[in-house]
Amino acid sequence: MLLELFLTFAKIGLFTFGGGYAMIAVVEDTCVGQKKWITHEEMMELIVLAESTPGPIAINCATYVGYKEKGVWGAIAATVGMVLPSLAIIYAISMFLNRFLEIGIIANAFRGIKVGVGVIIINAGVKLLKDVPKQGLPRVILLCALAAMLLINVFALDFSTVWLLVTAGVAGFAAYRVKGGAGK
Amino acid sequence: MIYVKLFLEFLWVGAFTFGGGYGSIPLIRDVVLRNNWLTDETFSYMIAVSESTPGPVMVNLATYVGSSQGGLLGAVLATTAAVLPAFAIILLLMAVLKNAMKNPAVKATLGGMQPCAVGIILATGIWMTVKNWFPAGTVDLRAVVIALVLGGIILWGKKLFKKKVSALQLILISAVLGILLYGF
Repeated sequence: MLLELFLTFAKIGLFTFGGGYAMIAVVEDTCVGQKKWITHEEMMELIVLAESTPGPIAINCATYVGYKEKGVWGAIAATVGMVLPSLAIIYAISMFLNRFLEIGIIANAFRGIKVGVGVIIINAGVKLLKDVPKQGLPRVILLCALAAMLLINVFALDFSTVWLLVTAGVAGFAAYRVKGGAGK
Repeated sequence: MIYVKLFLEFLWVGAFTFGGGYGSIPLIRDVVLRNNWLTDETFSYMIAVSESTPGPVMVNLATYVGSSQGGLLGAVLATTAAVLPAFAIILLLMAVLKNAMKNPAVKATLGGMQPCAVGIILATGIWMTVKNWFPAGTVDLRAVVIALVLGGIILWGKKLFKKKVSALQLILISAVLGILLYGF
């Protein structure tokens, strides 16, 4: 059973490109449809959990299904299975990437890719915009984070991104406490 | 000691990655630039490679950075550290704190962090795009053209090709544009 969890998630890890949301469909298909490890309702609960907790959705899925099926060891087997293929592939690539980049035509291709990566990240951010509640506070936090992060980059400030997130979390909590006093 | 440093840095990355795999990009960029582990250029190449290989982007980036700084052991340590927070939090929520996610204070704190993560991702994307337009105080019109073409494909690609254009396809298009514009 542990081996089956490991192998199933290794297969998902090996054949899922683009991570995240592309993966949810594959997990649903495999774990709900074929293997019947979790129910459809549990899958819904899992998506909500994965979206509101840190870390890649793929990892959250593996841990959740592994634990449901076989406890802590199941969670470990599934998560390691999920990570191992990428680790092996990237490790192999890392050994020859630099030599690969010395080839002229490849270097030019990567000059284009360098610009493309920025655009792809903007695109990912724009897609996430629709998840931001249309209320005052989230919008203010979003704009402040955007402005702060741009300033940090433009002026090469030594300010960790983690602290931006912590500050935003504290702001969310503080707003809740202020409102909560009147509400209850 | 590089191994301890890698482990601790990626533990933070894993704990604060919100918004799926893309949430990890600004955090890892922060880590590699602050420690002088990679240049911004190599890092954007690595994002492209992570997008074009299977598995979550965060795991792929952690493996690459770990491998570049500490070989195989570095890769394993950085990847384990990056995955550990996601793994531990899901286990904790399933086994012990079953109702923690319904707690309004937790919800409010996460509600503050989520829009912040989106702002950070957007700012990072904008910066990584625009920075390529002005290399070393000059203007690189070719980089502007590549960004505009990709932006156009993202905006109108669905109508043009009757299908959503994936990140992998965008990378391939930008590679072709790079070769065409910067020469063979």
